[in-house]
Amino acid sequence: MVVQALAFYLFATVAVIAATAVVTVRNPVHSVLLLILTFFNAAGLFVLLGAEFLAMLLVVVYVGAVAVLFLFVVMMLDINFVEMRQGFLNYLPIGVLIALVLFVELAFVGATWALTDDKIAVLAHPTPAGLTNVEALGQLIYTDYAYIFQASGLVLLVAMIGAIVLTLRTREGVRRQKISEQVKRQRADTLEIKKVPVGRGI
Amino acid sequence: MEIGLAHYLTVAAILFTLGIFGIFMNRKNVIIIMMSIELMLLAVNINLVTFSSFLGDLVGQVFTIFVLTVAAAEAAIGLAILVVYFRNRGTIAVEDINMMKG
Repeated sequence: MVVQALAFYLFATVAVIAATAVVTVRNPVHSVLLLILTFFNAAGLFVLLGAEFLAMLLVVVYVGAVAVLFLFVVMMLDINFVEMRQGFLNYLPIGVLIALVLFVELAFVGATWALTDDKIAVLAHPTPAGLTNVEALGQLIYTDYAYIFQASGLVLLVAMIGAIVLTLRTREGVRRQKISEQVKRQRADTLEIKKVPVGRGI
Repeated sequence: MEIGLAHYLTVAAILFTLGIFGIFMNRKNVIIIMMSIELMLLAVNINLVTFSSFLGDLVGQVFTIFVLTVAAAEAAIGLAILVVYFRNRGTIAVEDINMMKG
Protein backbone atom coordinates (compact mmCIF):
# COMPACT_ATOMS: atom_id res chain seq x y z
CA MET A 1 0.00 0.00 0.00
CA VAL A 2 2.89 2.31 0.78
CA VAL A 3 4.43 1.52 -2.58
CA GLN A 4 1.15 2.38 -4.27
CA ALA A 5 0.93 5.70 -2.46
CA LEU A 6 4.54 6.52 -3.34
CA ALA A 7 3.91 5.62 -6.99
CA PHE A 8 0.80 7.81 -7.04
CA TYR A 9 2.65 10.80 -5.61
CA LEU A 10 5.56 10.28 -8.02
CA PHE A 11 3.33 10.06 -11.10
CA ALA A 12 1.06 12.90 -9.98
CA THR A 13 3.91 15.24 -9.11
CA VAL A 14 5.81 14.64 -12.32
CA ALA A 15 2.61 14.97 -14.37
CA VAL A 16 1.68 18.29 -12.78
CA ILE A 17 5.21 19.72 -13.04
CA ALA A 18 5.53 18.61 -16.66
CA ALA A 19 2.10 20.04 -17.50
CA THR A 20 3.09 23.35 -15.92
CA ALA A 21 6.23 23.38 -18.01
CA VAL A 22 4.27 22.55 -21.19
CA VAL A 23 2.44 25.87 -21.04
CA THR A 24 5.34 27.99 -19.80
CA VAL A 25 8.58 26.94 -21.54
CA ARG A 26 9.87 29.09 -24.38
CA ASN A 27 10.69 26.42 -26.92
CA PRO A 28 7.67 24.58 -28.40
CA VAL A 29 9.81 21.51 -29.09
CA HIS A 30 10.53 21.22 -25.36
CA SER A 31 6.84 21.81 -24.83
CA VAL A 32 5.93 18.79 -26.94
CA LEU A 33 8.51 16.60 -25.21
CA LEU A 34 7.14 17.64 -21.82
CA LEU A 35 3.64 16.83 -23.09
CA ILE A 36 4.89 13.32 -23.83
CA LEU A 37 6.24 13.11 -20.26
CA THR A 38 2.86 14.21 -18.93
CA PHE A 39 1.09 11.52 -20.93
CA PHE A 40 3.52 8.85 -19.71
CA ASN A 41 2.80 9.78 -16.11
CA ALA A 42 -0.93 9.88 -16.74
CA ALA A 43 -0.57 6.36 -18.14
CA GLY A 44 1.13 5.43 -14.87
CA LEU A 45 -1.86 6.81 -12.97
CA PHE A 46 -4.17 4.74 -15.19
CA VAL A 47 -2.19 1.60 -14.31
CA LEU A 48 -2.55 2.45 -10.61
CA LEU A 49 -6.30 2.75 -11.15
CA GLY A 50 -6.44 -0.70 -12.72
CA ALA A 51 -7.07 0.44 -16.29
CA GLU A 52 -4.09 -1.21 -17.96
CA PHE A 53 -5.61 -1.26 -21.42
CA LEU A 54 -6.28 2.47 -21.37
CA ALA A 55 -2.77 3.12 -20.09
CA MET A 56 -1.28 1.27 -23.05
CA LEU A 57 -3.74 2.99 -25.38
CA LEU A 58 -2.66 6.36 -24.02
CA VAL A 59 0.98 5.56 -24.64
CA VAL A 60 0.34 4.20 -28.14
CA VAL A 61 -2.11 6.85 -29.32
CA TYR A 62 -0.78 9.95 -27.61
CA VAL A 63 2.94 9.33 -27.40
CA GLY A 64 3.12 7.30 -30.58
CA ALA A 65 0.84 9.33 -32.81
CA VAL A 66 -0.46 12.65 -31.52
CA ALA A 67 2.70 13.91 -29.83
CA VAL A 68 4.85 12.89 -32.78
CA LEU A 69 2.41 14.73 -35.06
CA PHE A 70 2.80 17.82 -32.90
CA LEU A 71 6.58 17.47 -32.95
CA PHE A 72 6.50 17.07 -36.71
CA VAL A 73 4.43 20.21 -37.23
CA VAL A 74 6.45 22.27 -34.74
CA MET A 75 9.66 21.35 -36.49
CA MET A 76 8.25 21.71 -39.99
CA LEU A 77 6.86 25.23 -39.61
CA ASP A 78 9.46 27.95 -39.78
CA ILE A 79 8.19 30.28 -37.09
CA ASN A 80 9.89 32.87 -34.98
CA PHE A 81 8.78 31.60 -31.60
CA VAL A 82 10.56 34.32 -29.67
CA GLU A 83 8.32 36.88 -31.31
CA MET A 84 5.29 34.83 -30.38
CA ARG A 85 6.22 35.08 -26.73
CA GLN A 86 5.68 38.83 -26.74
CA GLY A 87 2.87 39.81 -24.45
CA PHE A 88 3.24 36.63 -22.41
CA LEU A 89 3.48 38.57 -19.17
CA ASN A 90 0.57 40.85 -20.12
CA TYR A 91 -1.75 37.88 -20.01
CA LEU A 92 -0.34 36.56 -16.72
CA PRO A 93 -2.78 38.30 -14.31
CA ILE A 94 -5.94 37.46 -16.24
CA GLY A 95 -4.70 33.92 -16.89
CA VAL A 96 -3.88 33.27 -13.25
CA LEU A 97 -7.18 34.84 -12.17
CA ILE A 98 -9.32 32.72 -14.45
CA ALA A 99 -7.35 29.57 -13.66
CA LEU A 100 -7.79 30.23 -9.93
CA VAL A 101 -11.52 30.84 -10.27
CA LEU A 102 -11.89 27.63 -12.23
CA PHE A 103 -9.81 25.66 -9.75
CA VAL A 104 -11.83 26.93 -6.81
CA GLU A 105 -15.01 25.99 -8.63
CA LEU A 106 -13.67 22.50 -9.31
CA ALA A 107 -12.64 22.22 -5.67
CA PHE A 108 -16.15 23.18 -4.57
CA VAL A 109 -17.63 20.55 -6.84
CA GLY A 110 -15.20 17.97 -5.47
CA ALA A 111 -15.85 18.97 -1.87
CA THR A 112 -19.61 18.83 -2.09
CA TRP A 113 -19.71 15.69 -4.18
CA ALA A 114 -20.85 12.58 -2.34
CA LEU A 115 -21.72 9.02 -3.22
CA THR A 116 -25.31 7.97 -2.83
CA ASP A 117 -25.91 4.83 -0.85
CA ASP A 118 -27.61 3.00 -3.66
CA LYS A 119 -24.74 3.50 -6.08
CA ILE A 120 -24.45 -0.20 -6.79
CA ALA A 121 -28.04 -0.26 -8.01
CA VAL A 122 -27.48 2.42 -10.65
CA LEU A 123 -24.27 1.06 -12.13
CA ALA A 124 -24.70 0.54 -15.85
CA HIS A 125 -22.01 -2.11 -16.26
CA PRO A 126 -20.37 -3.30 -13.04
CA THR A 127 -16.81 -4.51 -13.44
CA PRO A 128 -17.05 -8.29 -13.84
CA ALA A 129 -14.99 -10.30 -11.40
CA GLY A 130 -12.34 -12.71 -12.64
CA LEU A 131 -11.81 -11.02 -15.99
CA THR A 132 -8.83 -8.96 -17.04
CA ASN A 133 -9.34 -5.33 -17.88
CA VAL A 134 -8.91 -5.94 -21.62
CA GLU A 135 -11.39 -8.82 -21.67
CA ALA A 136 -14.02 -6.89 -19.73
CA LEU A 137 -13.65 -3.82 -21.94
CA GLY A 138 -13.77 -5.90 -25.10
CA GLN A 139 -16.94 -7.65 -24.01
CA LEU A 140 -18.55 -4.28 -23.45
CA ILE A 141 -17.30 -2.44 -26.54
CA TYR A 142 -18.16 -5.15 -29.05
CA THR A 143 -21.65 -5.74 -27.68
CA ASP A 144 -23.43 -2.84 -26.01
CA TYR A 145 -21.31 -0.10 -27.52
CA ALA A 146 -20.80 -1.62 -30.96
CA TYR A 147 -22.55 1.21 -32.81
CA ILE A 148 -20.63 3.91 -30.98
CA PHE A 149 -17.46 1.96 -31.66
CA GLN A 150 -18.24 1.93 -35.40
CA ALA A 151 -19.08 5.63 -35.24
CA SER A 152 -15.72 6.39 -33.66
CA GLY A 153 -14.10 4.48 -36.50
CA LEU A 154 -16.00 6.71 -38.92
CA VAL A 155 -14.80 9.79 -37.03
CA LEU A 156 -11.23 8.64 -37.49
CA LEU A 157 -11.82 7.92 -41.19
CA VAL A 158 -13.30 11.37 -41.75
CA ALA A 159 -10.41 12.94 -39.85
CA MET A 160 -7.90 11.04 -41.96
CA ILE A 161 -9.53 12.00 -45.26
CA GLY A 162 -9.97 15.57 -44.08
CA ALA A 163 -6.35 15.93 -43.10
CA ILE A 164 -5.22 14.52 -46.44
CA VAL A 165 -7.59 16.74 -48.43
CA LEU A 166 -6.53 19.82 -46.48
CA THR A 167 -2.81 19.36 -46.86
CA LEU A 168 -2.62 17.83 -50.34
CA ARG A 169 -1.38 20.19 -53.00
CA THR A 170 -0.23 19.79 -56.56
CA ARG A 171 2.74 21.97 -57.23
CA GLU A 172 3.31 23.68 -60.54
CA GLY A 173 6.47 22.90 -62.43
CA VAL A 174 7.17 19.55 -60.89
CA ARG A 175 7.44 16.64 -63.30
CA ARG A 176 6.28 13.41 -61.86
CA GLN A 177 5.17 10.14 -63.30
CA LYS A 178 1.44 9.95 -64.05
CA ILE A 179 0.76 6.30 -64.52
CA SER A 180 -2.89 6.71 -65.49
CA GLU A 181 -1.99 9.03 -68.35
CA GLN A 182 0.73 6.67 -69.52
CA VAL A 183 -1.72 3.81 -69.59
CA LYS A 184 -4.42 5.89 -71.30
CA ARG A 185 -2.08 6.90 -74.13
CA GLN A 186 -3.25 5.69 -77.54
CA ARG A 187 -1.22 5.31 -80.66
CA ALA A 188 -3.36 7.85 -82.48
CA ASP A 189 -2.59 10.55 -79.89
CA THR A 190 1.10 10.67 -80.55
CA LEU A 191 1.86 8.97 -83.83
CA GLU A 192 0.92 10.18 -87.26
CA ILE A 193 1.64 8.23 -90.38
CA LYS A 194 2.17 10.20 -93.55
CA LYS A 195 2.40 8.97 -97.05
CA VAL A 196 5.52 10.45 -98.47
CA PRO A 197 5.55 10.70 -102.23
CA VAL A 198 8.74 9.34 -103.72
CA GLY A 199 11.32 11.96 -104.53
CA ARG A 200 9.55 15.00 -102.98
CA GLY A 201 9.83 14.82 -99.25
CA ILE A 202 7.28 16.27 -96.87
CA MET B 1 -1.64 6.46 3.64
CA GLU B 2 -4.66 5.55 1.57
CA ILE B 3 -4.90 7.02 -1.90
CA GLY B 4 -8.54 7.80 -2.47
CA LEU B 5 -10.85 9.26 -5.04
CA ALA B 6 -10.08 12.81 -3.94
CA HIS B 7 -6.37 12.47 -4.71
CA TYR B 8 -6.97 11.53 -8.33
CA LEU B 9 -9.68 14.15 -8.74
CA THR B 10 -7.27 16.78 -7.43
CA VAL B 11 -4.64 15.81 -9.99
CA ALA B 12 -7.25 15.96 -12.75
CA ALA B 13 -8.48 19.35 -11.55
CA ILE B 14 -4.93 20.73 -11.48
CA LEU B 15 -4.25 19.43 -15.00
CA PHE B 16 -7.50 20.93 -16.30
CA THR B 17 -6.71 24.27 -14.70
CA LEU B 18 -3.25 24.19 -16.25
CA GLY B 19 -4.87 23.64 -19.63
CA ILE B 20 -7.06 26.73 -19.19
CA PHE B 21 -4.06 28.68 -17.92
CA GLY B 22 -2.03 27.63 -20.96
CA ILE B 23 -4.73 28.84 -23.34
CA PHE B 24 -4.77 32.24 -21.68
CA MET B 25 -0.99 32.56 -21.43
CA ASN B 26 -0.13 31.59 -24.99
CA ARG B 27 -2.63 33.74 -26.80
CA LYS B 28 -0.46 33.95 -29.90
CA ASN B 29 0.76 30.41 -30.41
CA VAL B 30 -1.85 28.03 -31.80
CA ILE B 31 0.33 24.97 -31.25
CA ILE B 32 0.59 25.56 -27.50
CA ILE B 33 -3.16 26.23 -27.38
CA MET B 34 -3.80 22.85 -29.01
CA MET B 35 -1.46 21.20 -26.53
CA SER B 36 -3.42 22.86 -23.72
CA ILE B 37 -6.60 21.38 -25.15
CA GLU B 38 -4.94 17.97 -25.12
CA LEU B 39 -4.03 18.52 -21.46
CA MET B 40 -7.65 19.34 -20.64
CA LEU B 41 -8.86 16.22 -22.45
CA LEU B 42 -6.32 14.21 -20.49
CA ALA B 43 -7.69 15.64 -17.25
CA VAL B 44 -11.20 14.64 -18.31
CA ASN B 45 -9.95 11.15 -19.09
CA ILE B 46 -8.33 10.87 -15.66
CA ASN B 47 -11.64 11.87 -14.10
CA LEU B 48 -13.55 9.28 -16.11
CA VAL B 49 -11.12 6.48 -15.32
CA THR B 50 -10.99 7.43 -11.64
CA PHE B 51 -14.74 7.26 -11.22
CA SER B 52 -14.87 4.10 -13.30
CA SER B 53 -12.31 2.47 -11.04
CA PHE B 54 -13.72 3.62 -7.71
CA LEU B 55 -17.36 2.96 -8.55
CA GLY B 56 -16.63 -0.35 -10.26
CA ASP B 57 -18.42 0.70 -13.43
CA LEU B 58 -16.71 0.00 -16.73
CA VAL B 59 -18.63 2.54 -18.81
CA GLY B 60 -16.22 5.29 -17.77
CA GLN B 61 -13.33 3.44 -19.37
CA VAL B 62 -15.35 2.80 -22.53
CA PHE B 63 -16.06 6.50 -22.84
CA THR B 64 -12.41 7.29 -22.22
CA ILE B 65 -11.63 5.27 -25.34
CA PHE B 66 -14.09 7.36 -27.34
CA VAL B 67 -12.70 10.59 -25.91
CA LEU B 68 -9.23 9.43 -26.97
CA THR B 69 -10.54 8.77 -30.48
CA VAL B 70 -12.10 12.19 -30.80
CA ALA B 71 -8.98 13.83 -29.35
CA ALA B 72 -6.76 12.11 -31.89
CA ALA B 73 -9.05 13.13 -34.76
CA GLU B 74 -9.19 16.69 -33.45
CA ALA B 75 -5.41 16.91 -33.22
CA ALA B 76 -4.96 15.60 -36.76
CA ILE B 77 -7.52 17.99 -38.29
CA GLY B 78 -6.30 20.92 -36.23
CA LEU B 79 -2.70 20.45 -37.22
CA ALA B 80 -3.70 20.02 -40.87
CA ILE B 81 -5.60 23.32 -40.74
CA LEU B 82 -2.58 24.88 -39.06
CA VAL B 83 -0.23 23.68 -41.81
CA VAL B 84 -2.54 25.00 -44.54
CA TYR B 85 -2.93 28.30 -42.74
CA PHE B 86 0.82 28.66 -42.34
CA ARG B 87 1.31 27.86 -46.02
CA ASN B 88 -1.11 30.61 -47.01
CA ARG B 89 -0.22 33.33 -44.53
CA GLY B 90 3.28 32.57 -43.31
CA THR B 91 2.32 32.95 -39.65
CA ILE B 92 0.33 31.09 -37.04
CA ALA B 93 -0.43 34.04 -34.76
CA VAL B 94 -3.96 33.73 -33.45
CA GLU B 95 -4.50 37.48 -33.63
CA ASP B 96 -4.02 37.44 -37.39
CA ILE B 97 -6.74 34.85 -37.92
CA ASN B 98 -9.49 37.30 -38.79
CA MET B 99 -10.03 36.80 -42.51
CA MET B 100 -13.64 35.73 -42.07
CA LYS B 101 -14.57 38.73 -39.97
CA GLY B 102 -15.66 40.59 -43.10
